[in-house]
Amino acid sequence: MKIAVLIKQVPGSDSALPLTGDGTWIDDSLITFVMNESDNYALEEALRIREKINDGEVVVVSMGPDRVQRVIREGLAKGADRGIHLEEDGQIETDPLCIAKSFTSVLEDENFDLVLTGLQSDDTGMGQTGILLGELLGMSTATLGIETDIQSDTIRVKRELESGWFQWIKLPLPASVSIQSGINQPRYPSLKGIMGAKKKEIKIVAQSEHRPDTKWQSLNRLFIPQTNKQTETLNGDADTIVNRLVEILRSDLRII
Amino acid sequence: MQYIGPDFYNISDLLKEEELLIQKTAHEFVQNEFMPVVNEHYEKGTFPTEIATQLGELGFMGSSLPEESGGAGVSNVAYGLILHELERGDSGLRSFVSVQGALVMYPIHSYGSDEQKQKWLPGLGSGELIGCFGLTEANFGSNPGGMVTKAVRDGDDWIINGSKMWITNGSIADVAVVWAKDEEQIVRGFLIEKGIDGFSSSDIHGKLSLRASVTSELSLVNVRVPDSARLPKVEGLKGLLSCLTQARYGIAWGMLGAAVDCYETALNYAKERKQFSKPIAGYQLTQAKLAEMITRITEAQLLVYRLGRLKDEGKMTFQQVSMAKRNNCVLARDIAKISRGILGANGITEDYPIMRHMANIESVYTYEGTHEMHTLILGQEVTGIAAYDS
Repeated sequence: MKIAVLIKQVPGSDSALPLTGDGTWIDDSLITFVMNESDNYALEEALRIREKINDGEVVVVSMGPDRVQRVIREGLAKGADRGIHLEEDGQIETDPLCIAKSFTSVLEDENFDLVLTGLQSDDTGMGQTGILLGELLGMSTATLGIETDIQSDTIRVKRELESGWFQWIKLPLPASVSIQSGINQPRYPSLKGIMGAKKKEIKIVAQSEHRPDTKWQSLNRLFIPQTNKQTETLNGDADTIVNRLVEILRSDLRII
Repeated sequence: MQYIGPDFYNISDLLKEEELLIQKTAHEFVQNEFMPVVNEHYEKGTFPTEIATQLGELGFMGSSLPEESGGAGVSNVAYGLILHELERGDSGLRSFVSVQGALVMYPIHSYGSDEQKQKWLPGLGSGELIGCFGLTEANFGSNPGGMVTKAVRDGDDWIINGSKMWITNGSIADVAVVWAKDEEQIVRGFLIEKGIDGFSSSDIHGKLSLRASVTSELSLVNVRVPDSARLPKVEGLKGLLSCLTQARYGIAWGMLGAAVDCYETALNYAKERKQFSKPIAGYQLTQAKLAEMITRITEAQLLVYRLGRLKDEGKMTFQQVSMAKRNNCVLARDIAKISRGILGANGITEDYPIMRHMANIESVYTYEGTHEMHTLILGQEVTGIAAYDS
């Protein structure tokens, strides 16, 4: 069983997020980066599957500048066997199809049986990479996995639907499954794991070797929502005031 | 990755990537697994012994010792960062790990026979076994050479009589490293197993400090052990003092962790607490306190960082350790007090960690060498004249 786990490095939730001068991305020189939360659960699920069948290889794959090697090392420290780093120069890519094609070009020769990703990234939150990658690699795909049950040539996935409903589906391998946070209890890397990770391989793929020439979408502008305080004085007789008050509560504030 | 704590002088740049990841691991473990239960244990005066195997699995027991001795072979700076995080949680947790690693695994690793190492180190490293260190006696603290616990040779055995006081982990330990004088007044170390005839322990109650830690008295009445229970490669005070040097090294890092927790609590509080027209952090008197605290924390960080690298290079002296232990205990004591003041009445409640740290620091200030003894060690080092009786 050969399992790839896609891990993204994202700004920590307690980081301030200052924008760059042109407003197209955040100024990442001032940010503390961490492993994307749901990717951490995907990694744990991959490690558990490998432990359950007592065989196989878990490969952590990440894309971004040099700093993403830290999350790859963290994955290796937790028990992944090797890493692949898709280098990015300059601004990071935000187009999900472009990202999926980059991963495809690097992973297609590896013939993974299973690709696990987090449900979505905590920064752009597109939630598409796992599905697009699965499709491009000719795999079956599922999203919102909250439980898995691996078989020899299939995987059963419990999916979280709306309104408290769940669904078990069976996918033939190879498959790409996106994992919901909370599916398991991610382990801490042990000191032995951290020290051992230094010796594990991280293959580096230059941007020119994976990035497609075409780009389908791009971020136009990021902005921080402005909060405004408005005061409106209601005048007139009681009926007028009540009617206006009801209108505000119903239409503007939507609380009745 | 960044050092978790105030980093005014970019300490992060001095730390290796794996050292930062080790600190992060320890930080997350303590915050997720220990902090939810610390107040309950502190109130009851108990230690969560079930955490021992988790600490062992992560490799936190004797972590700077080589793997074959039950450790994880990490740098001394990484070891220090672990203790920094454990003590950010509570001094009881840090003391537990310090005793296990520096005072039990270290002497067995350094002075034990192969048979002793095989018997004890794997279990101590995994946390399945717990150890304690029996040196201090009721009447001999700063002057361990005066100990009255006796070990008398009887054929192939030793008969040990005496009692030991203020022993962390004493009643929960599977093995005690006990120091006793033989008939020629030579101090020797013995590994005493739990349950052996004549060996008993009782907990010391009524502590208002280090409450989330087990502190005991050990009693040895005609305890008969074979010579194979004696640590063969150590005799005299020098060997046991080397264990204390290991433990004091970790304490210096631990005290920094407690100070950082107090400072960060006070800083966050000061930024949120509004009085008159603005947060109290905006007033000069509070800023003077914060400026003093961040400066002293930065000094302490540089002190223990350099000490750790010296230890990694095998160049660390016990006098240097005394300076760091002495300085960082005073620092933590002062910072806890200043931080508590910034929180006003809120600072005395268990909703904030400061009073717990403050009470704990009082123990650490005088254990593992009192502040005064470390002062005299430094005094002797710079003058060449011992100011205490020898």
